[in-house]
Amino acid sequence: MTKLEYLKESPSQTAGPYVHIGCTPNFIGNMGIFKEDLGARMVNEQTNGQRITIKGRVFDGTGTPLKDAMLEIWQADSEGLFNSPSETRGDADPNFTGWGRQPVNLETGEFCFETVKPGSVPFPDGRVQAPHINFWIVARGINIGLNTRMYFPEEEEANAADPVLGRIEHRVRVPTLIAKQSGDTYTFDIYIQGENETVFFDI
Amino acid sequence: MRQGSEMSKPTTNAGPFFPRDRNWHPQALSPNYKTSVLRSPQKALLSFGNTISETTGPVFGQNMLGELDHDLVLNYAKPGESALGERIIVHGHVLDEEAKPVPNALVEVWQANAGGRYRHKKDGYLAPLDPNFGGCGRVITDENGYYAFRTIRPGPYPWPNGVNDWRPSHIHFSLFGSGFAQRLITQMYFEGDPHIPMCPIVRTINDPEAIEMLVAKLDMNHTVPMDARAYRFDMVLRGRRSTMFENRMEGN
Repeated sequence: MTKLEYLKESPSQTAGPYVHIGCTPNFIGNMGIFKEDLGARMVNEQTNGQRITIKGRVFDGTGTPLKDAMLEIWQADSEGLFNSPSETRGDADPNFTGWGRQPVNLETGEFCFETVKPGSVPFPDGRVQAPHINFWIVARGINIGLNTRMYFPEEEEANAADPVLGRIEHRVRVPTLIAKQSGDTYTFDIYIQGENETVFFDI
Repeated sequence: MRQGSEMSKPTTNAGPFFPRDRNWHPQALSPNYKTSVLRSPQKALLSFGNTISETTGPVFGQNMLGELDHDLVLNYAKPGESALGERIIVHGHVLDEEAKPVPNALVEVWQANAGGRYRHKKDGYLAPLDPNFGGCGRVITDENGYYAFRTIRPGPYPWPNGVNDWRPSHIHFSLFGSGFAQRLITQMYFEGDPHIPMCPIVRTINDPEAIEMLVAKLDMNHTVPMDARAYRFDMVLRGRRSTMFENRMEGN
């Protein structure tokens, strides 16, 4: 028998409480090394699409907001294209990075992203995915980054037909992935565990 | 910032990633690392095959890097001064699970100073701050997947987990590949450090071979005589399947 030789992925380790030193040094006042924290700005004046703000907090099993978490988001532009060399369907909006990184506020635990509402993108079988934003969360005590998605409450029809949301067997958990809307501001609170535990993904 | 203008051509096509071996990675709940108890999901993760939302990801270009981003000995130091401690070079190869080099991978690092103190307002450890050491740096792998940076060896330090838990000397690594599903944060330890097998964070990993992957080896061939010792630290990101019918399979 031929033995298949593959390498193993480097195992994950917690980002620890001081992830800011490496990823958002200016945020904690360590100035002068990097001009600007990477991922701090996703849009500029020329970015196409509907401007939105995404806010939220990440809660632990007691309902206490994490104050040392860092979140990254990845999303399509307003036309549904990703600003990535792996995007083969066309050219994404050059004025939109599609990727953002924000630490939570050290006192309140709140995060905030200024971005645009994404267009929809296809599922591998050709069905359409509802507009969504990919989230990745790291913090002290999180041994491997948590993946989830945020969906939009006004997209009821698209959400109902979304192939990923459709995979959630326990339908009572679907709302954990749907933000709350107030004008152009969406609130997406993430519960790591407990009754309202957010659906996290193995992607 | 416009990432697009800094990007280079894809070197792999946008196929889905190999599934993650969740038993090889640390379990979310590992009670000896106490903070994980309330910060670990209790319900099963939802699995689904990668979509274009996961196979794409941001890629960064060399032109985002400052001149001293890869040199932690100097990048926070006053002119003519440098950080205190054992000077080291950390270098290695970033590969995927098929042993293919990962070019253009952004590698961000952060660490404590030689005394084991972090430049962070929340770190109150009594070791002094080094006025010439900031503790962060970044590099991007070259076209063959290699990276190198210069720093000082971080000190071990105590932390409030058990009554007498110490972290081994370590450097934090944050890695980007070519797709968002490859995102990884890990830590590098130093060969021969007796704290490695005692550390509750190291021990969130069950398999000794997996732990071994995080231990950098002293590399005397790459030392700079009378200056800096070298440590070799290779890392592996998830591999990708070719998309058989949509794209030409590269290298096939």
